[in-house]
Amino acid sequence: MVAKPIFRTCGFTGLKIHDEAEKLIKINAVTAIVVLAVGGLFGLLVALTRWPTVHLLPADLFYLALTAHGIDILIVWCIFFEVALMYFASAILLQSRLATPKMGWVAYALMVLGAGITNWKVLEGNSSVMMTSYVPMQADPLFYVGLILFAVGALIACFIFLGTLVVAKAEKTYEGSIPLVTFGALTACIIAIYTISSGAIILIPTFLWSVGLISHIDPLMYKVVWWGMGHSSQQINVAAHIAVWYAIAAILFGAKPLSEKVSRCAYLTYIFFLQIASAHHLLVEPGLSSAFKIFNTSYGMYLAVLGSMIHGLTVPGCIEAAQRKKGFNNGLFEWLRKAPWGNPIFSGMFLSLILFGFLGGISGVTMGVEQINIMIHNTIYVPGHFHATVAAGTTLAFMAITYFLVPVLFGRELILPGLAKLQPYLFGLGMGVFSLFMMGAGTLGVSRRHWDMAFSDAPHAFAHAPAAFLMMGIVGVAACVAVVGGALFVLVIVGSVLFGKPVVHAPAAPAPAPSPVASYGNAEHVAVPGTFALALLFLTVFVLYYFVNWKYLASTWIMS
Amino acid sequence: MSITPPEQKVWFNEPVEKTEVIWVLIALTWALIMFAMMPLWHLKGTQNMSNEAYRIQPDVYQARVDAFVEKFKVGEEGHAKTPVVRPPAGSDVYMMARLWEWYPVLELEKGKSYRLHLSSLDWQHGFSVQPANINLQVHPGIDEVVTITPTDSGDFGIICNEYCGIGHHTMLGKIRVVAGK
Repeated sequence: MVAKPIFRTCGFTGLKIHDEAEKLIKINAVTAIVVLAVGGLFGLLVALTRWPTVHLLPADLFYLALTAHGIDILIVWCIFFEVALMYFASAILLQSRLATPKMGWVAYALMVLGAGITNWKVLEGNSSVMMTSYVPMQADPLFYVGLILFAVGALIACFIFLGTLVVAKAEKTYEGSIPLVTFGALTACIIAIYTISSGAIILIPTFLWSVGLISHIDPLMYKVVWWGMGHSSQQINVAAHIAVWYAIAAILFGAKPLSEKVSRCAYLTYIFFLQIASAHHLLVEPGLSSAFKIFNTSYGMYLAVLGSMIHGLTVPGCIEAAQRKKGFNNGLFEWLRKAPWGNPIFSGMFLSLILFGFLGGISGVTMGVEQINIMIHNTIYVPGHFHATVAAGTTLAFMAITYFLVPVLFGRELILPGLAKLQPYLFGLGMGVFSLFMMGAGTLGVSRRHWDMAFSDAPHAFAHAPAAFLMMGIVGVAACVAVVGGALFVLVIVGSVLFGKPVVHAPAAPAPAPSPVASYGNAEHVAVPGTFALALLFLTVFVLYYFVNWKYLASTWIMS
Repeated sequence: MSITPPEQKVWFNEPVEKTEVIWVLIALTWALIMFAMMPLWHLKGTQNMSNEAYRIQPDVYQARVDAFVEKFKVGEEGHAKTPVVRPPAGSDVYMMARLWEWYPVLELEKGKSYRLHLSSLDWQHGFSVQPANINLQVHPGIDEVVTITPTDSGDFGIICNEYCGIGHHTMLGKIRVVAGK
């Protein structure tokens, strides 16, 4: 029955690659990139509408485009790519066969079908309910069906990943513990299983409600459970893109973790604490007690934030250590200056790290404070934050690793190397400026998910500060820069896959034997003063920004 | 490397880099400070979320709002002729959300406290007082009570910032804060 797994040896890395796993990684990654292109186009339409002087779309199409953009980018693009990453981190990194590849195709088909149905219903125009689809606002029943099918497919992919870990262990394709990157993917997988279950618990009754079999869904209960999926799904991204950071550090620099223990424990904090993070979407919700909010706010006593702050040190730290061992030892930052800034794999990864930390991380923790959230909830600050995390952080990291995967899996050289070099800067910096000015406009009270910040046709008059209009204009320009960066990515990658020159390898080196686990001690204990200085700079910015927001809060109306 | 198995069989026994220990301690301290800020602000700060909310039927809420408007109405405003209501300081005041209006216009006195009731008759809405930048979520079926004390006078817009359908952007209300006598 079961065909004997076929392997090839990669001429690029010497890794043993399972044929079926490779096909599944390719198809999931390619689909992800197609969805990124479609979702990005919707994003451009949204940005051009929120740019006050352009104000492109009419209201109904704007909300339609916003719903499609949110679902396609925040869910479909990220999860398709993460499925590819999970297969890569299990089958390829452990040099094992992929468990049940046939189920992998079933999972893929379900995800494509689900995403297709949901997109179809959104494009029909009767399901512009935003990604959150809060009840009692109702979408077409098939809108929910599509999301459920997609989730079931993703869930199957998670179990294939877990199955592959079991297979690799049983067939002894490696010794000792799984690699750190696989450990990160496992973290993402565990969070994904929790997330998808939470989604099923809320979306199935919501579907039944939409076809009239259930008469009422409590809006508050919907929100509590929905966010168990909504925010946790973004924590899958965080765990996955941090795994990508570690992978790129290892691939480009041969970097070893400063210490396996610290990096892995930081991942464990995600598993233990991130899930209850979801409550920070409910900080200004009536009917939930402050005690509940404070406990859950920012992930049960900030322990998961601690995890992220640790990765923020250990990822650049391991690069610094590797660079210093190569002799880039002058001063605090020679290791960083002499890094390969012209290589999109590195520049994308490092910009992702910086933007995710400084913009996404600091803003996320600050707005996760129960009281400060009063000033931020549902303003455009919120999309400012999550574009810094998901677009400048996750998406950019995924782009960076794609530049590595194309030659390895597709055996093609990159076309247009000059544009590829420029791409992470356009996308990353465009997204950085975009996020920053959205946060600025949100601080001035501009709403998210809002067609007309000038309130034409409203029964009363209100004008935002002129600075808010200026900032939204800058947001529009920066969005265009980022879209150019995104389009270049799609062009270079799709072009390379179709038309790239086949990679010519030196005779393939034999696969490196999985390293023996007997050797003693790991960290070479190279000091990493440059990274520590960067971490202190980060902390200083964090502390200042945090207390500035408290000061700002203290100046608004008194309330209790 | 991060893409190969750790060198020790039990990764937990691997040695820890010194910089990491220092950073973990710094980060943990900062996390504890941030955690302490929220309960402290409940004790010392003057902007806190209310914990008062009741289940209510939309029609019951609407009846209360209507009675409130009738009792304290002083005029009408805007092209929808929204009633302007001037309740006495310290009293219970009502704001009702529905597609796509905030009802009524409230006239409050600067520096005086009011028990503000918020609820929706249909979908979820977002109560965003600008430019004071106070943003609260409004639910159908829940009567949320927040004690507010406006600290500036002037006209404040109430923007709906929770998406509620095609007319969402026209859902703009008003609170007027007048200087005390």
